[in-house]
Amino acid sequence: MAKTILDIKGLRKTYGIHEVLKGVDCAVREGEVISIIGSSGSGKTTLLRCVNMLEEFQGGTISLDGEEIGYRVDGATRRRKSEKEIARQRALTGMAFQQFNLFPHMSAAENVMLGLVKVKKMTKPEARAIAEKWLDRVGLAARTKHYPGQLSGGQQQRVAIARAIAMSPRLMLFDEVTSALDPELVGEVLQVIKGLAADGMTMLLVTHEMRFAYEVSSRVIFMNQGVICEEGDPKEMFVRPKTERLAEFLKTSSFN
Amino acid sequence: MSHTFLEQLWIARYVITYGIGVTVSISLLAIFAGSVLGVFVGLALVYGGVVLRLVVRAYTDIIRGTPVLVLVLASYYVSAAVGLDLGPFSAGVLALAIFCSSHVGEIVRGALQAIPKGQTEAAKAIGLTFTQTFTSVLWPQAMRQCLPAWVNTAAEMVKASTLLSVIGVAELLLRTQEIISRNFMSLQFYFLAGGLYFIVNYGIEHFGKYVERKTALPS
Repeated sequence: MAKTILDIKGLRKTYGIHEVLKGVDCAVREGEVISIIGSSGSGKTTLLRCVNMLEEFQGGTISLDGEEIGYRVDGATRRRKSEKEIARQRALTGMAFQQFNLFPHMSAAENVMLGLVKVKKMTKPEARAIAEKWLDRVGLAARTKHYPGQLSGGQQQRVAIARAIAMSPRLMLFDEVTSALDPELVGEVLQVIKGLAADGMTMLLVTHEMRFAYEVSSRVIFMNQGVICEEGDPKEMFVRPKTERLAEFLKTSSFN
Repeated sequence: MSHTFLEQLWIARYVITYGIGVTVSISLLAIFAGSVLGVFVGLALVYGGVVLRLVVRAYTDIIRGTPVLVLVLASYYVSAAVGLDLGPFSAGVLALAIFCSSHVGEIVRGALQAIPKGQTEAAKAIGLTFTQTFTSVLWPQAMRQCLPAWVNTAAEMVKASTLLSVIGVAELLLRTQEIISRNFMSLQFYFLAGGLYFIVNYGIEHFGKYVERKTALPS
């Protein structure tokens, strides 16, 4: 069995008195493609954002390649790691966002190069070569000098994916990457993700595309009210849901 | 004594040139110092801790709520009273720079806060530290956003420089008044001064537009 890359244990996250994650346990093995599904407010995006410390969490641990993310737990004391340390840990994962979040004042190539130059301390020519390789890979070889404002939503999202993947992360996080796209642009982005999955990239995806989750995931996690309600092989889960909750969710979602 | 405007203008040519020089120097110094200070004011307003933010907020509110003339007089007379011998020029520039900093501070704060949160998150997600995020991602965007309002403030500073005539700084307005007191051609020379101020501000505005065009993002 492949080695465990991400190990989440007893993850708890609260906003004031509102508990968003109520003890989530989840392990991701190398090469796995895991889709997290569930209705809005179920905590799926929050779970993803805790993995790269875009959200603080109050309980439990997340370890990536055996390294504890965000906090140093020492017996009963729990201290947030230094900003510098957290920045280094964030570079171990890549993330693509619902709103793309490309840097509007940089060309497609410069967007991809920024992390390589600033974080990986590459020279500009080295970074440019890698940026061009990945932009070519997502089908944008002819758009490297274009600015985000000159690209369609689907193209912007593909640049954003190239920007994340160029950092050679151990794990890719996709947060509803097709939700802000016009329907006709969804396909090109999903195609890129499928390609990465075929390459053996370990991925955690929050998605509303049930058909896509069904096709590419090695495992699906269904979240409900801050806990993992059901998980398993999509071929099994989508056809014969074990819980009433999932059955209901699948009925109202776009699957079928 | 010659009585045509052109003859009087010829006589006053050096005085006027000197006056413009002083006006432009005051304005440039005040805009430069005020902008540098203003950037720190803006940073403190956005990223400062509670105490720093409150102090700087009080600073900007008090300065922006005070007439510039009062600031100029206060800077001149208070500094003299506490034994700081600034002289009218330095005291005047100081007052204008402080005034400028409170406005630039607000402009910078607004520009930084207008940048979507996703920009910071995307920068964090690729492993950038806060300083790297600020210098590579936030500041270049904020500067573009600031530019039109900043140009406005710069033009305001040129206009406000006239107030330094009250504490005896020989800038363009005071020089003009001196000339008029000799030849009594008030209409002609006030119009001339007005025209010269207009040219300076028109230049600033066009320079701003030029920079805006140069830094505009392709879309």
